[in-house]
Amino acid sequence: MNLLLAAEAAVQAPAIFDYVWLIPAIMATSFVLILFFSKRLNINPHFIGVPAIGSAFLLALVIAFSWVGYNGDVSEAGGVTGSCSGRDLQVIEGGHEAEAEADAGHGEEADAEAAAEHGGEADAEATGEHGGGHERFSPCPVVNDVTWFQNGGPVQDGGSDINIGTLVDGQAAMLLVVVTLISGLVHVYSTDYVAGDRRYTHYFAFLSFFTASMLFMVLSSSTVQLLVGWELVGVSSFVLIGHWWEEKDNSDAAMKAFLTNRVGDIGLLIGLIILYFAAGKTFDIVAINEAAVSGMISKNTLLAAGLFLMTAVMSKSGQFVLHTWLPDAMAGPTPVSALIHAATMVVAGVYLIGRLYPVFYVGFGMDGGALNVMAFIGAITCVGAGALAFVQDDIKKVLAYSTVSQLGYMVLALGVGAYTAGMFHLFTHAIFKACLFLGAGSVSHACHHSFDMKKDMGGLRKFMPKTFWTFVIASGALAGIPPLAGFWSKDEILVGAGAFPGTGGNGTYWMPFIFGMIAAGMTAGYMTRVIWLTFFGEYRGHEHPHESGPRITTPLIILAVGAVFAGFLNVPKGLPILGDLFGESFVSWVEPASISSFPSIKHGNPSLWLAMLATSIGLFSGFVVWTYYNKLYAKDPLATEVTGGLRDKSSLARAGHTLLVEKYYLDHLYTDIIAGGVKGPVAKAAYWFNQNILDGIINSIGNGTTSLGRFVYKYIDQGTIDGAVNASGAGAAGSGDILRKVQSGQIRQYATLMFAAAALLAAVFIIAV
Amino acid sequence: MEHTFLADYGISLMVFLPLVGAALMMLISGKNEEIHKQIALGTTVLTGLVGGWLVTDFYRLGSEHWGELRYGVDKSWIDIVNARYTVAVDGISIPLIALTLLVVPLVIVYSWNHIPNPGNAKAFLMLILVLHTGMLGSFVAQDLVLFFVFFEVVLLPMYFMIGVWGGEQRLYAAIKFFLFTLFGSALMLVSFLALYWATGGTTFNMVELAALVQSSDIKIGTQVLIFGGMFMGFGIKVPMFPFHTWLPDAHTQAPTQGSVILAAVLLKLGTYGFIRIAIQILPEAAIKWAPWIGLLAVIGIIYGALGCLAQTDMKRLIAFSSVAHMGYVMLGIATMTDFGLNAAIFGMVAHGLITGMLFFVAGSIKERYHTLEIKRLGGLLISAPRMGWILGFCVMASLGLPGLAGFWGEFPAILAAYQPQEGISESLFRVYMVVAAIGTVLAAGYLLWLLQRTAFGNPSEEFEDDPAITDVVFTEWVAWIPLLALIVLFGFVPGLMFDLTDGPVTALANALAAAGK
Repeated sequence: MNLLLAAEAAVQAPAIFDYVWLIPAIMATSFVLILFFSKRLNINPHFIGVPAIGSAFLLALVIAFSWVGYNGDVSEAGGVTGSCSGRDLQVIEGGHEAEAEADAGHGEEADAEAAAEHGGEADAEATGEHGGGHERFSPCPVVNDVTWFQNGGPVQDGGSDINIGTLVDGQAAMLLVVVTLISGLVHVYSTDYVAGDRRYTHYFAFLSFFTASMLFMVLSSSTVQLLVGWELVGVSSFVLIGHWWEEKDNSDAAMKAFLTNRVGDIGLLIGLIILYFAAGKTFDIVAINEAAVSGMISKNTLLAAGLFLMTAVMSKSGQFVLHTWLPDAMAGPTPVSALIHAATMVVAGVYLIGRLYPVFYVGFGMDGGALNVMAFIGAITCVGAGALAFVQDDIKKVLAYSTVSQLGYMVLALGVGAYTAGMFHLFTHAIFKACLFLGAGSVSHACHHSFDMKKDMGGLRKFMPKTFWTFVIASGALAGIPPLAGFWSKDEILVGAGAFPGTGGNGTYWMPFIFGMIAAGMTAGYMTRVIWLTFFGEYRGHEHPHESGPRITTPLIILAVGAVFAGFLNVPKGLPILGDLFGESFVSWVEPASISSFPSIKHGNPSLWLAMLATSIGLFSGFVVWTYYNKLYAKDPLATEVTGGLRDKSSLARAGHTLLVEKYYLDHLYTDIIAGGVKGPVAKAAYWFNQNILDGIINSIGNGTTSLGRFVYKYIDQGTIDGAVNASGAGAAGSGDILRKVQSGQIRQYATLMFAAAALLAAVFIIAV
Repeated sequence: MEHTFLADYGISLMVFLPLVGAALMMLISGKNEEIHKQIALGTTVLTGLVGGWLVTDFYRLGSEHWGELRYGVDKSWIDIVNARYTVAVDGISIPLIALTLLVVPLVIVYSWNHIPNPGNAKAFLMLILVLHTGMLGSFVAQDLVLFFVFFEVVLLPMYFMIGVWGGEQRLYAAIKFFLFTLFGSALMLVSFLALYWATGGTTFNMVELAALVQSSDIKIGTQVLIFGGMFMGFGIKVPMFPFHTWLPDAHTQAPTQGSVILAAVLLKLGTYGFIRIAIQILPEAAIKWAPWIGLLAVIGIIYGALGCLAQTDMKRLIAFSSVAHMGYVMLGIATMTDFGLNAAIFGMVAHGLITGMLFFVAGSIKERYHTLEIKRLGGLLISAPRMGWILGFCVMASLGLPGLAGFWGEFPAILAAYQPQEGISESLFRVYMVVAAIGTVLAAGYLLWLLQRTAFGNPSEEFEDDPAITDVVFTEWVAWIPLLALIVLFGFVPGLMFDLTDGPVTALANALAAAGK
């Protein structure tokens, strides 16, 4: 038997990783303090929330820098060999060496168990393969966990421990920074934006709650812990979307979000269950990944698990066809939209894919280059949602559909095997999309809380220059204009699809590539439309717009700076001016290489031609939209739509427009047909069955028995039972008085029948025995 | 066996203390209600102290002993049928005993200013005390006859509670409750007797019977029939579809205290009986029955949820939700695996805490609004914000939100269905798994819809300035805080209960695995 050696690293993981649990714990404490003590002690909730998120952010930075350092040290030392999975990781930490040896020396049982746990020979081979031909080496994820509960007896007797703990690797560290950064800025922004709200305390409490649950999820070391965090962020989303629950529209939107996500959660539950059994009864993420890489789990099982998990991704990360809740979620306060429904929570699905990437990579056969479900869904989403963004008049809805579209991009990237491109886009998108949402909030702050671009906006660049410039920069980043952040990440995705000549990568994914190009054009188009309608032309509202205060504009400026520079973290090496500075840093920090719990992924080669092509498409599309509105403006400064345009001339164009306005009729399907059907006819039919059929049977048995009993009582059995019942009736004297008068007769008869039946059946049994 | 006070008298003292209290109350005139409330509370607190001593002592034995029956007492009782007074506890019964010990005093605290019409605190509280003895007795009995007696003792007080202190249709509901349960009990008794004779007519002791069934050669057909009788008895109590129709009526008509006890503890007598008696004694028959139990369980999950969606009355809705939730418990049991059975016991306690809480809140709403008609309510978060929040919390707990207790009854049950015990059809249970998972969506649907219609929005004109609508009062806080705290505690530290039940459950699962081969 081949007992796999535990991963050995020449470099010890920094001790700071043992304390990473403090980050979610700080935010959880902040939640409790705000909710229960803020009002009582008369402390303004933001004096609790802001310091909390500030310290969480600093800690997250420390963790991220430690990871970068550790990562570099391990890489220099030549990486790790052997298995990364939880139990063996503990061996390098020194606690369980004896146990591992005992396992090796022990009888067959222990061997078999160890082999099952680690995939045995196959794993060793796979690891061997990783060892060669790579220049880059990564450390194993650093796991610290404790037993949450046990099942099926102690581990040594064949039971399993279900653990809770923290897992730090590049992906987790990156998310830690993103979540705490955006959350921190949103906290500051909210102190102005939400000031004077009817539920200010409650708002801040749930900002903390959300941040805590998101961080809890990000740091999950086991899939069941991930599930807990996954649902907790869902609840915070529910609560914050429905923040103004007095209006039914808002609570409807909140319910829609929660219920749609529950639908996806079916997939999450089942997917995790499949992996639990397939990986040998463990929820441990590293162990599951290792089992997937090593071939211990069959491809079909991984495919099944991957498909189920995809539904969860579709609901949480707003992929077609489960995306419909996300635009409605804009009913919540704008900073919440920025934090939860743009930058962080909605990327949980993308995060899940990354967390269990080997499962998807192997299950969907991504190295083969054949189109898979993930890439397909991502491609459909980025174009489908991009089209919808063109017909929205509500600035937040445009941004919401844009978010859906960009999430589609990330899923597409992961689907074509471009892991780092997907994660990098997650990173840059969080920054510039948060900037856009907060900018939209700033605009609406100025326009009397309206989000209607056509009615209440226009020409705002004159009134609010800071908001205008940050918004334009972030839009440029989103549209992929070089050298802004989005350009680099989007370019990497298009490269990763491998269809453009000379890019290579995991395979040739034509359909995702073409859809990605189309979406790139759409993005520039609808963002130009937004900018024009909001900031150019004449002001169409009836207020006196003004620039927002510093607590609103400062976060905008910080994010805009990020939108300019964040992309440089992962530029190709050897660019003019930059040289090797920052070159491919992000990939070396985030993408694991040469470890047993991550597949070896091929990378595409950047192409200048592709970058130029994609950029020109974007610029052209922006130019067309710009010209359209400029012409319109020339005719009538207040016009926002062409009259007598294409839509009035061609019925096909009209039909297409209607299809978009009706959001592909998906909402009708879900709300009216499915939900309405279950709530209405189906539930009513079931209840009718309950009342008339089931209860009907019971009642007729009751009535029949009463008649029978009356007969029995009258002619056969007056004496004996009578006495017994009277005795019990007397026991309840007083209180049971009325009751006895009315009903004891019926009971008596029923009891008679029961005991008669019992005696009869007992007789049957005696004969049978 | 070591002889300490706790080992010799602990269980019996705990079980019969409430009866002593009830007897004491009988001697005192009912005019002074305060005295009766004090005696009732004192008795249950004392019972709780004795029980708490027992529970903590058991906890301190350490996990290797949690699978054993401890503090056993075995005295002769009815010699002529070999029925003995045998009581003991293990890791399966301890959580349920603890739940009972907690809920009953809280119900009495709640009763302090919530005695339902037509009043008469003395009789009302006495019934609760009698119930207390019956419930505790059922959880400690190790002899079938003794179990049966305690099981039946529970019946009458609940019958009177519904029939006298209930709502408008209390008589119909009380009769229905009584007859249904009695019907099941009769079949259960038949099964007990058949088992007794089939094993040679020597003992009613559960452990001995299990061993006798193992060693003797009772035909599997007979075993399946005997199991069927128990199935009826316990299944009606749970209640399982299609024997559930007594439950919505009983719950809707019962006074708040009755509903809480019914939901929190009484229903668990059925599921507990399945685990402790039916499965433990007849593992082979259990394997044969498992597909049918599982089927009725998942039908119950979907059916109960659909029933909820059709309700217009809040209390009736919560009652129907019990059908769905107990479906998860039964699904866990039907898998006959360690994870499934652990989940089932966890689910019982979680359901007890959560649904008990929901009935408390519903009762308090009824008291303030004098109606539970959902469409007339609304805006609870404005009229009584704290109560609205508590309702929201309970709704989240009830829909199985991870991080709260309900989740640990649901998720592992669904998980266990993926790979049921050997000898049970895997493909069938995978279908059950998917259906049960769909049930979680429906649960979120009806519960959030309830929350939206009652708590969100603005209060209707009818109740806008109603001075009777006050926020949570002191006795309510006292009664509710322990439940709320435990819902959170068990959600985040599930090991508190899982580790306790795992020992005995694993032993049981091993027996089932042997039977399934």
